[in-house]
Amino acid sequence: MDRIPILKVGDCLLVTIQVDMHDELAMSLQEDLTMQIAKHASRGVLIDISSLEIVDSFIGRMLANIAAMSRVLDAQTVVTGMQPAVAITLVELGMSLPGIRTALNVERGMELLREFIGRDAEAEDVDGAEE
Amino acid sequence: MSVFQQIVRTHETAILNGWMKEISIATRRSDLMNDAEMRQQSSEFLHLFTEATQVSSEVRSDAFAAAREFLKGVAKSRMEQGFTASEISMFVLSLKQPVFNVLRDEFKGDASKLVTEIWTSGDLLDKLAMMTVDAAIELREQTIARQQEEMMELSTPVVKLWDGVLALPLIGTLDSGRTQVVMESLLSAIVETNSQVAIIDITGVPTVDTLVAQHLIKTITAARLMGAECYLSGIRPAIAQTIVHLGIDLVDVQTKAKLSDAFKIALTRLGKAVVSIKNHPAARAEEQ
Amino acid sequence: MALKSETYTIRSSDDVVRVRQIARAWASEIKLSLVDQTKLVTATSELARNTLEHGGGGAMTAEMVENGIRRGIKLTFTDQGPGIANLELALQDGYTTGNGMGLGLSGSKRLVNEFDIKSEPGLGTTVTIVRWK
Repeated sequence: MDRIPILKVGDCLLVTIQVDMHDELAMSLQEDLTMQIAKHASRGVLIDISSLEIVDSFIGRMLANIAAMSRVLDAQTVVTGMQPAVAITLVELGMSLPGIRTALNVERGMELLREFIGRDAEAEDVDGAEE
Repeated sequence: MSVFQQIVRTHETAILNGWMKEISIATRRSDLMNDAEMRQQSSEFLHLFTEATQVSSEVRSDAFAAAREFLKGVAKSRMEQGFTASEISMFVLSLKQPVFNVLRDEFKGDASKLVTEIWTSGDLLDKLAMMTVDAAIELREQTIARQQEEMMELSTPVVKLWDGVLALPLIGTLDSGRTQVVMESLLSAIVETNSQVAIIDITGVPTVDTLVAQHLIKTITAARLMGAECYLSGIRPAIAQTIVHLGIDLVDVQTKAKLSDAFKIALTRLGKAVVSIKNHPAARAEEQ
Repeated sequence: MALKSETYTIRSSDDVVRVRQIARAWASEIKLSLVDQTKLVTATSELARNTLEHGGGGAMTAEMVENGIRRGIKLTFTDQGPGIANLELALQDGYTTGNGMGLGLSGSKRLVNEFDIKSEPGLGTTVTIVRWK
């Protein structure tokens, strides 16, 4: 079965969804990502959906799940590049994905992840200094 | 074959003269069209009409194609000249009187034949007149559609305030259709200009109803899904009251009274600030 | 009046992908705006998944329809599954029997111009949607 490739970039994972996914493919991506986060102890996950022509409630739920699961595994998730028509449709469908961080493109998404990870690191440093 | 066709052909010149007289009484607009032009147009149509009737009595048939095309042209040029729809239909309808006149002279003694011929020719001319009006209305509708489109374009000026900051100053009444178009163009502009912040300013909007408010909220949510932030500015007191009375929830929406305030937080969001250069080290350095 | 009509079976999740693509192709053929196309395709995805998961498979009939000068795409999803006992409840936001977010039916309804659902417990469900240009 096809699988969507997951790229490891430093302490982040990068996924670009380019195909019209059927539901099993989406489910396997969700599983693969969770495994990879745990395996590499990744701190950030970036999912680029700029080539996706639709996001229905199933894919929406998959994105929400990935964000929630990675949060449990101490990683931040950013979804990037959602097309305007897709965003309008998703809102109309009734999904506003409140738990998901978004960015306009991969570059900004990476910046955002760096910010989060950096902020966490600072917080740890402060903790360390106090001890 | 009924005979009015032959009669019309034989008396073409007489009919044309009668028609011109009729036109001058009924719809003459010397301010819009001169006599020579009018006569030329009339004679051309009468000729096409006469020719077509020799072959067919069905206005939608191929025989009438040239006449129909001609009337379309007449409708177009007259519309542009400023004739009204009824004046345009009178161009064809005023041909009835002179045609009926020659028929009356021809069938003096035969009342039933006269009625038949008048009915046939009258019906034909009525249909042609209706077609002309239809053509005129269609042209006007095209104009209206085009103007609506142009108005839509004019009413959606997405402007760039700064690198990464867009503004959409909305002016005039917002209906649900216009709001949708405006919002779509804002979201596209966000992608095109790679802007992180967009400010929707509704200073120029007199009222907001539930549907429009919902569209605004949906747009702000959609922008967030795309990775951009949307602020709402220029909310008048009356609109603020309406929003509360309608029970619309703007809790998740960043609102500011003035566009300038929204711009200020947009800059802060991007890590930038506007500072006075008076007494500023950099400015002083330049003076020296 | 239907200008053309075609029926496709829905038996697997690959078929769901296929009917989505068909909805996209037909929508672009009548030149729906990108947003309207996206809405129609998304509704198609939701309803085709319902047909597969709750109806145990079925079919989608696509029709190009005309109403005066307006053209539209009409899609009918049929299955012979268990049917829906309480339609009113099924159309509420957040109501779910499967593992979705319960936005399938209620959400799709908001994405199209016309929405009609008929269901007979034990006999199956038919959902018809229309998106006009």
